[in-house]
Amino acid sequence: MTEAYIYDAVRSPRGKGRPDGALHEITPIDLAAQVLAAIRDRNGLSGEEIEDVAFGCVSPVGEQGAVITRTAVLAAGYPHTTSGIQVNRFCGSGLEASNIAAAKVKSGECDLAVGGGIESMSRVPMGSDGGAWPIDPRSAIANYFIPQGISADLIATRYGYSRDDVDAYAVESQKRAGRAWAEKRFARSILPIRDIIGEVVLDHDELMRPETDMQSLGALAPAFQMMGTMMPGFDDIAIMRYPDVEKINHVHHAGNSSGIVDGSAAVLIGTKEAGEKYGLKARARIVSMASIGSEPAIMLTGPEFAAQKALARAGMDNSDIDVWELNEAFASVVLRFMEAMNVDHSDINVNGGAIAMGHPLGATGAMILGTVLDELERSGKSTALTTLCIGAGMGTATIIERVN
Amino acid sequence: MTYTTFSVDIDADGIALLTIDLPDASMNVWNGALIEEFGKWVDDFTTNEAVKGAVITSGKKSGFLAGADLTMLGGAKANSTKEAFDQAFALNALLRKMESGGQSAKDLSSGKASAKPVACALNGLALGGGLELALACHYRVVADNPKIQLGMPEVMVGLLPGGGGTQRTPRLIGLQNAAMMIIQGKSLDPATAKAQGLVHDVAPAADVIANAKAWVKANPKATAPWDKKDFKFPGGAGAMDPRAVQLFVGLNAMAHKESKGNFDAIKAILSCLYEGSILPFDTALRVESKYFTKLLSGSQAKNMIRTLFINKQAAEKGAGRPAGVPAVEIKKVGVLGGGLMGSGITHVTVKGGMEVVVLDRSLEDANKAVDYSRKIIDKAVSRGKMTKEAGDAFMARITPTDNYDDLKDVDLIIEAVFERPDVKADVIKKAEAVIRPDVVFASNTSTLPITGLAKNSSRPELFVGLHFFSPVEKMPLLEIIPGEHTGERALAAAFDYNAKIKKTPIVVKDVRGFFTNRVFPPYMGEAMKLVTEGVKPALIENAAKSLGMPIGPLALLDETTLQLGYDVMQSTKKELGDAYQPSGTEDFMELMVVKLGRKGRRFGSGFYDYDDKGERLGLWQGMAEHYPLAEDQPSVDEVKQRLLYIQLIATAQCFEEEVVRDPQSADLGAIFGWGFAPYTGGPMSYIDTVGLENFVRTADNLAQRFGNRFAPPKSFRDMADKGETLYKAAA
Repeated sequence: MTEAYIYDAVRSPRGKGRPDGALHEITPIDLAAQVLAAIRDRNGLSGEEIEDVAFGCVSPVGEQGAVITRTAVLAAGYPHTTSGIQVNRFCGSGLEASNIAAAKVKSGECDLAVGGGIESMSRVPMGSDGGAWPIDPRSAIANYFIPQGISADLIATRYGYSRDDVDAYAVESQKRAGRAWAEKRFARSILPIRDIIGEVVLDHDELMRPETDMQSLGALAPAFQMMGTMMPGFDDIAIMRYPDVEKINHVHHAGNSSGIVDGSAAVLIGTKEAGEKYGLKARARIVSMASIGSEPAIMLTGPEFAAQKALARAGMDNSDIDVWELNEAFASVVLRFMEAMNVDHSDINVNGGAIAMGHPLGATGAMILGTVLDELERSGKSTALTTLCIGAGMGTATIIERVN
Repeated sequence: MTYTTFSVDIDADGIALLTIDLPDASMNVWNGALIEEFGKWVDDFTTNEAVKGAVITSGKKSGFLAGADLTMLGGAKANSTKEAFDQAFALNALLRKMESGGQSAKDLSSGKASAKPVACALNGLALGGGLELALACHYRVVADNPKIQLGMPEVMVGLLPGGGGTQRTPRLIGLQNAAMMIIQGKSLDPATAKAQGLVHDVAPAADVIANAKAWVKANPKATAPWDKKDFKFPGGAGAMDPRAVQLFVGLNAMAHKESKGNFDAIKAILSCLYEGSILPFDTALRVESKYFTKLLSGSQAKNMIRTLFINKQAAEKGAGRPAGVPAVEIKKVGVLGGGLMGSGITHVTVKGGMEVVVLDRSLEDANKAVDYSRKIIDKAVSRGKMTKEAGDAFMARITPTDNYDDLKDVDLIIEAVFERPDVKADVIKKAEAVIRPDVVFASNTSTLPITGLAKNSSRPELFVGLHFFSPVEKMPLLEIIPGEHTGERALAAAFDYNAKIKKTPIVVKDVRGFFTNRVFPPYMGEAMKLVTEGVKPALIENAAKSLGMPIGPLALLDETTLQLGYDVMQSTKKELGDAYQPSGTEDFMELMVVKLGRKGRRFGSGFYDYDDKGERLGLWQGMAEHYPLAEDQPSVDEVKQRLLYIQLIATAQCFEEEVVRDPQSADLGAIFGWGFAPYTGGPMSYIDTVGLENFVRTADNLAQRFGNRFAPPKSFRDMADKGETLYKAAA
């Protein structure tokens, strides 16, 4: 089969996903379009060479509706011959979109394609698209629906992660992100975002708090205790699904969970021949890709299974991976993954993650694919596995290998 | 046209007054005859130009209409799903025709057409299909009596309101109010119904028909709110409105956790509300009837109707009472013993309209019963549930005493003294010395055989056992135990007394433990065995709850105290000597009670830890030191099966030994005695539902794996071989 190569990765900084966030005034179309324009322009392309663009978006309604990717492609000044598709695999959307772009290249459908994602959480709030899963009684009850925060606390309870364990993880994430920014480790990927008169409105990840310590986190109240134990009492449903649990230990809060932010990212993927034709230098080869489904109530344990599948498809094992990147949706998700996959903390999320910098749902997967590529190049290491936990019990993973 | 189930009088204004009055019935219900005639009337009403409108009311003093005839529903037969749907849709179709005047939704919403006005004059309770009929009228007036119940209790018997109730209710009062009403089966009083928008007018009973007529006269053209173009659900609806989205996320979770996902009807009601709120009205009605069809063809509704409605009602009406014995008049009862049981018995007896003389060794002890009731009554008064006068009158009917002479004019004795034969013998003799010779003597005991106690009586034919459950004012079951010499009059007196205190009675044989206390110990024993096998205590508790038991067995053991279980074990050992059959939990009880002193909640610790106030803190973590957790934990299904089958087998043994007379009594006793999962209709219904053959096979398998205690009784094996069912074999 044709090999797919990553030629470039660009991302916006992440702005606070609130009305006072720096990117709030930027429309989702504009945010996505600036990223799309950048990945075209900095690679000396006209846009015509890019045959298809797949962008993840988790709340594709309102101004993110109606296939936002196509609208953004046109807004970025691509020729009308470049098509666009909007992809939704919840939190894995950005990586899935990149995998779709890679699959199009590998299958021979496209020579050059872009994957990526967009989520303006300040303008289109999470959950705006509704959905039958939690509200249609037939699906909610059959699947033991509980919100993700309860699932994350359930993971902590089942695998014995204390409040101190998850808080310590969060402190480290902030520290690593702070160091990465201080050492300009993201410089190659970050695209400052500009307003309509061309002024930069944001050039760094706005949410970070590198000074975070155990004491400041300790002051935060558990965020999911109320909905878990009182109204409507999701803990009982978690326990019905996992009846060996006596009581849910509510350990997660805003400080050890991913932040709500605005952001967009793009990854340029193509065949070897396309690279040669357009004078592009390949940065990494896509080794394997995988998506899986896992038990939907605990919901967030998918990464280990997705990783195992991607490793198996590549004929690899854990020891072949130099750098691991797992989206920090909640601290317990990463702690569980490290335990299940026997991964050392020093090899995973080495430049921090969503707890420090935020999780723009539809874009994160593409962002962290770029982050891990930057890290391979910085550290001179070879192989990386990127994965995310996903709503309703899924996981997506991608293994890449540096090529120069 | 003349009808037999209702009368129709047309006044000078052309307004028909339809008065429902089923012949030979104390209460109006939707039965085959009423549905058929009502359908004919609707056809006539919509086409007869001389009739301008209608008012529907009831000719019964007992109320308006109490829902569908459940015996009809329980016996419904259909040859195909389509036929079953047509049957289920019949009532919906005719109510909709009355409401729409036979006009299409399109013509109604465009204003091109309208219906003739129909108003409902609710002179009394309207439940289930009765309320649904009212909701299909364009206007509702209800009498201002706060005791009138307006509700849809179908969920209690595993059904949903299938006459448009799940559709019209949320369109009138919003999805949240409708969900509360229909899922919980709770009734509204007229004032609340008016405040929520379920009815239009609350008026003095004498005016309801006149007010309804006045409305009809003033509104010659009627259109239901949901047939109007600008209709919107109050409070939002569907899958897109954030208010409704939030509501359904919460409702689903609450219904799921409360029902443990076990009740088909609750899920179906939620789906009717959710899906119906997205659909146009006529389609929504059809979807409701489809969910109704599904419920009616499933086992839960059939089992629940049979046990929780038909058999419960029959038992309460005295199905087990000896026929032909004249009613035993009971106005005044002597209660011996002012302890916990005596106090509870005193309370329910007074509540049942009788007077009580409560006797104990000292006036101080007897007064404990007075204090017990005082506490309950004061609470009711302070919460406005009872007037102060009524509370005082209640308390005035209790007379504490330490003097046996005060028992001389009582009509019934219930003794509830300490569970020791010598103590019981003493009070039997002393009471019989003063009471009238025809007065029945009832002994409340949970362990002592009645025949043995009756030996202390000079008139054993008037001696009977009553087994109350604690707390008496809350527990619904009463075991009535005839001893060897108990005569028909004593048994009849027990039933006549029960009719006043309104418990669900079952007659059980005079054996150790009677019925419920024969099944309960093995169930508790199984839970303890699981602990000793190293099964996680949380898994045991959660497995039981997911079966539908109201509380986990270990928490229950803490409540009843391990000390009690230990004492019973010791006394049984002593009494039976060599004949004692070890249960296998002796060592465990010894450890908990004697060595560790973890004797139960009352003593501060047991399977759980408790704080100073007795609040449960969590499972005691130290158990694993004595019984290390097993490396391989069983699946929850396996734990559930063991906890379920131990109850089924013990019940089956009682049935084989005729401890209970019939499957009905076993099912009622299980559900109302120890909280056996009500959605099953009881253990006998459960066995019939899975099939005797399947039951025997599963029990054999469990016996092979876990021990002979799971072996099915021989008679059950025989019935399985013959392909019988318990209920048919007993009929």
